[in-house]
Formats: sequence, C-alpha cells, structure tokens
Amino acid sequence: MDFQSCVNIKKEWDIVGARQLGRDIAKKIGFGTVDQARIATAISELARNIYLYAGDGKVCFEAIEDMNKRGLSIIAIDDGPGIEELSQVMEDGFSTSGGLGAGLPGVKRLMDEFDIVSEQGQGTEIKVVKWLR
Amino acid sequence: MRIPILKLHNYLLISIQIDLDDQTAIQFQEDLLSKIHESGATGVVIDLTSVDIIDSFIAKVLGDVVTMSDLMGAKVVLTGIQPAVAMTLIDLGIHLQDVPTALDLEQGLIKLRQELEE
Repeated sequence: MDFQSCVNIKKEWDIVGARQLGRDIAKKIGFGTVDQARIATAISELARNIYLYAGDGKVCFEAIEDMNKRGLSIIAIDDGPGIEELSQVMEDGFSTSGGLGAGLPGVKRLMDEFDIVSEQGQGTEIKVVKWLR
Repeated sequence: MRIPILKLHNYLLISIQIDLDDQTAIQFQEDLLSKIHESGATGVVIDLTSVDIIDSFIAKVLGDVVTMSDLMGAKVVLTGIQPAVAMTLIDLGIHLQDVPTALDLEQGLIKLRQELEE
C-alpha cells in the first residue's frame, strides 16, 4: 500500500479539506476512532500553521509499512518565512498569533514520530507518523 | 455557513452538526453574543455531540465564547463532548478548566437551572 496524496493549503477552508482527507485515509488504513481524531487534529494544526504563517503550502499523506507495522505518514511543507526559534515554538503556550500556543507541541503528543526542519527564508517541513497499534 | 441558534424560554440552544472551519466558528461567536444581547437569555447550551474534531483554534473560540457570554451575564454549558475529542484535547494540552460541561443536552439544562438558581 504505497500511494501519496496531497492537499494544497491556500484558503482557510483547505484546513478542513486536509483533515477530512487525512481522516478518511486513516480510517482506510484501519485506525480506530480515537486515533482518527488525533490524526485529524494534528493535520488541522499543521495546515493552520501553513495558512497562518506561510500562506501557501501543502499537506501530503502516505500509507507506510515498516517491518510488521503499518502507519500513516503526514508531511506538511511550505516555503514561507521559516521558524526563527525552533525551541520556542515547541514550548507549550508560545504563540505569536494570539492562539493557545498548543499547536506544535500538541501535534508532537498526538503523533508517534515528529520531525521538523525549518530554515529562515526557505520554509518549513514537518513530518509526523502515527503507527497502527 | 451559519449555525442556527434556537431560543427556548430563557435559554439558547445550539447543536453544532458540521465540521467547523475557522470562519464559521468566529461567525458563531458573534452570532451567539448578539443573540444573547437581543433575547436577554440567561443560559446557553452548546451541544457538541456531532463534533468529531476540536483543534486548538476551535477550542480557543469555544473557551472564549463561554467567557464572553459570562461577561454579558449568560451562563454557557458545553455538552456531549465525544470520548475521542476529550482525549485529543488533553493530548493537545487544552484542559478547558473553567468551562462548565455536561454529558448531554438534558444534563446540560439541569446544570444550567442549578447554576442560575443559586
């Protein structure tokens, strides 16, 4: 099972589109209701970050397999301004937009794996994975 | 898209049955506050039984609308939060501690009545 599908994030409504597609894919892979909600929420946070801070980017989904495990890999890519202080955005409660500051640290807790690469002026790429239990 | 707000005696009842986007959530916040102002309602129940995702933004809008309504003199109770949504909110680090909640619409109305009688 290796296919990849992407949702472009340009408009605010794309946040909803991305999480709905992500939830459908998670369901097909066999995730239960709670993990579907975790995955959809994580996608929502990642897509909103693209919309708010980069303005343009995409979220891609891929069903993955490793040894005997199956899972869902999600990559959020933008070529926005990048993140100045990575350690700051991973702190609970840190926000530059008046939000709750729950976004990225929350995504990390919702998912099993979390990788972030960000370069100023180049953009940000966040990869997260959830494994089927 | 607008979320319908129903009036029942002194209460306003809202059942959110769509996947909330940011704009709809903000619009709802405004609509609810104007409706409280217009109707003089003292209690509000927002039922979330059909909501299967609450992310940090929607949580902030809901938490804020509870505080804003409180400032205006109306008590809000959130009802019907699904198990998966409750688990996800805690993972996100959102505890909505000062927000009154109840299991379902019926319990929500009972809770409102108790709070308003005190």
